[in-house]
Amino acid sequence: MTINLKVSQVPPREQRLGSVTGYAGDLQDLVSQARCGSLESRDRCFKQTSTCVSCALFGLTTIKDVAVVNHAPAGCSAIGIGVQVMNRQLAARRGTTNNSVIIGTGMDEADTVFGATDSLKEIILQVYERYHPRAIFIGTSCVTGIIGEDIDSVADELSQELPVPVKPVHCEGFRTHIWIGGQDVVGHTVLNTFVKPPKVKTNKINFINFFESARDEIIETFGKFGLEPVFLMVNSTVEELEHLSEAICTTSMCGTLGTYLGNALEQEYGVPYVRTLNPSGVTGYETFLREIGRVTGRSEPIEEHIAEQRELYINQIEELKKKLKGLRVVIGMGPGYALEIARVVDELGMEVVWNTSWHFDTNYDNGEVPPAAAYLADKGLNFGMSVSDQQNYELLNVINTYKPDLYLSRHTGTTVWAIKQGVPALCVADEYMIYGHKRVLEFGQAVLDTINNRSFEVNLARRTKLPYTDWWYQQKPTALLREVTV
Amino acid sequence: MATILDKQRYSCPLAGMRTVSAIQRSLPILHSSQGCAEKLFGGGGSSGYFSPHIFPCSALGESEVIFGGTDRLRETIEYAFKVVDADFYVVLSSCVSEIIGDDVVGVVASFEGSEKPLVYASTPGFGGTSYTGHEAVLKAIFSQYLEPAATVEKGLVNVWASVPYQDQYWAGDYEVLGSLLESIGLTPNIIFGYGSSLEKVQRIPAAQFNLLVSPWVGLSGVQLLEERFGTPFLHYPTLPVGAVETTRFLETIGSFAGVDPLKTKQVIDRNEERYYHYIERYADTFLETRVMAKYFTVISDAVQTLAFTRFFTNDLGLLPGKQYVIDETPEEYRDLVRAQFTDLNYGNAAEISFESDGHLIHEQIRAADYHGYPLLIGSSWEKPLADELFAHYLALASPSLERLVVDRSYVGYSGGLRLIEDIYSVVMTRFN
Repeated sequence: MTINLKVSQVPPREQRLGSVTGYAGDLQDLVSQARCGSLESRDRCFKQTSTCVSCALFGLTTIKDVAVVNHAPAGCSAIGIGVQVMNRQLAARRGTTNNSVIIGTGMDEADTVFGATDSLKEIILQVYERYHPRAIFIGTSCVTGIIGEDIDSVADELSQELPVPVKPVHCEGFRTHIWIGGQDVVGHTVLNTFVKPPKVKTNKINFINFFESARDEIIETFGKFGLEPVFLMVNSTVEELEHLSEAICTTSMCGTLGTYLGNALEQEYGVPYVRTLNPSGVTGYETFLREIGRVTGRSEPIEEHIAEQRELYINQIEELKKKLKGLRVVIGMGPGYALEIARVVDELGMEVVWNTSWHFDTNYDNGEVPPAAAYLADKGLNFGMSVSDQQNYELLNVINTYKPDLYLSRHTGTTVWAIKQGVPALCVADEYMIYGHKRVLEFGQAVLDTINNRSFEVNLARRTKLPYTDWWYQQKPTALLREVTV
Repeated sequence: MATILDKQRYSCPLAGMRTVSAIQRSLPILHSSQGCAEKLFGGGGSSGYFSPHIFPCSALGESEVIFGGTDRLRETIEYAFKVVDADFYVVLSSCVSEIIGDDVVGVVASFEGSEKPLVYASTPGFGGTSYTGHEAVLKAIFSQYLEPAATVEKGLVNVWASVPYQDQYWAGDYEVLGSLLESIGLTPNIIFGYGSSLEKVQRIPAAQFNLLVSPWVGLSGVQLLEERFGTPFLHYPTLPVGAVETTRFLETIGSFAGVDPLKTKQVIDRNEERYYHYIERYADTFLETRVMAKYFTVISDAVQTLAFTRFFTNDLGLLPGKQYVIDETPEEYRDLVRAQFTDLNYGNAAEISFESDGHLIHEQIRAADYHGYPLLIGSSWEKPLADELFAHYLALASPSLERLVVDRSYVGYSGGLRLIEDIYSVVMTRFN
């Protein structure tokens, strides 16, 4: 499906990528259904809370010195402090500053009846006076979406009045159950606000990631290949974003994170989007680098680097595998990592007994099944698989049913529940936790450390009661998925 | 009317879900979009018996917005009963459900007579703040669930104070307030936090009186309890921090409850003796630290701003700069709140401003003359400002994201000592 940058609202993933939030079966079935186009989302008769697509607004504030005006009641914009503290810390790590802000408009009951575009305009003008941001993004909310507040016109009007771009950012929480779609909205907004047509071609790589913890190391490694990574979007400057179209290629640490921006840059400006396995684990890292080598014509130095890394680490990794062999693992993560980590788990000789992915994209924006899923399926691997938008009750039932040696989480909020059931759990919070050969070793060690001192979870599990009923634990984990699709 | 929320410190009424979840084994059921809980709950202490991701939610989507979401809600409640092991369920409405006009009351009413108690509170995001959401939840429980008690239990006191989670110190505060009451022979009925239960909620109407320790939040609740059950209430506006206020607190409660004054005095004497034993040992540090600020500003809700203002002025002998109350105190309570800042020791009075625009607050603080380094008690929003002003700064107000609070409390005699420790741990990092 072609990406349409002319529309104001990015179509939700359910429509654009055939993404699903309800599925139960196994990996082979999931991939074969995705390939033949028969995959449909199964609804649930019971849901617990998950996450909001308005994470787009947080994503935009990681760009330096912009302002988000969230036209919403007070609860939505209360994320402002989390954003401010995180951005402050992320900037401090780089020795820089980020003065981006999220401002709310505190919509009240009368505003839900009469609308509040006049107040919104005044607030935006005030925000400009206070902060002189490089751009102003008007974030929508459930309320503005339902009452039909004309944000686009406000943005157009104020773009004429102010010397900086003012853009609408549509991220109404009720529009989609797939919150990572918020990142599509970020990509869409960045393309429409900042990115300019290329004047020159450079040796820069647009490196889409979350929190750039391995930035220095990657800059050093890629420097040896004559490539210059530009990390997106944390601490990104407007100037960096203006030149995204001039890069030699784009890549992403997470396929589900980068699909929109990566494919759109390829579609609009011919910047190749490197979309292989992500660089987690040995196979992932080597596959990823080789494709970058092929696309940028740097195969030779990249092969040298791979050989060097193998020389340093492969024997140690083989030793480590002996200790990890046979450990049974349940994985619960977003789709960009769930199947990537499953590959690493398999690679290290452990066994995936169940994989829960917060959603599943039938295809990415290039029309292909996500590479991590395709790779595992083509390799003939299979394991129980569910798609569940962080439905905690399903996950605890899975863990109770399979009683694994280890639970691997990524998105925050689920790890503790595994340990309350007495299962050791490791949160793969940092997207670079298994990046490259050396970190494979560190990850393996972290797994062993988690299993070898179980004091914390055993102490806690002894004194806690689980939140679900016995009835629920006697059901199948996916018992509350409806048969019919909606 | 929409107004600028700059450096926002509170959230919306749906955050009342935290009040529900502060009662052990009580479960909010959200008739809302799927992401509200994660955004509103905040980070601290969210993996208790229930966590925000365990709250059942109708996860309203596009089709419910068009066709209504009551069927979804009914099903969510049915399965919440079956799947989640809770004692008490509270349905909360949201922006979406209220605008589309879902009949939540009707759905909840259809569960009447069910095995598990279920009540409903209207908490749309556009209807107020996290403070009013707390009140809405309390009033829902008081009016829909509680039954008159057969007898009044002498000495049983319901304690209403900090808003759970909105005030990071809520859990410790309730525990300490309970201990203070116990120390003079009363039986505290603590509704929130460690040791709370549905049974304690059920006992509310049996109390001898309700004790409200808060300038205004919760007043409508204790008034409702008086109206429904004839339970009198004692409104003690100041959360007692340190010896001066805690002594006044115990005397006031003791006298209201009919405790033998001699017993109260013995308790006070014992505590003050211990308190001043420690103050005496460290007074040289307080007196001879060359950089310690003399003037302070607190930027927090009415509870904290009042409590710390009185402690700093009346216990430590500091002087109040302008104080900021950020909780959108309703107009009808403002005189009452203001009055609490006027009777400080030695005729001191603190100027206060009901202001929630953080940008304006910071501009005023920058322009103020503190006659030296100010002591700033605020939230994470004040960190850059404190750096800029070279202030002594402690993030005690919400939202504070760089400080882990488990059961810490500044309430009571020991609480005052804790606060002194925390402030001087900042002060002592600097030499002038």
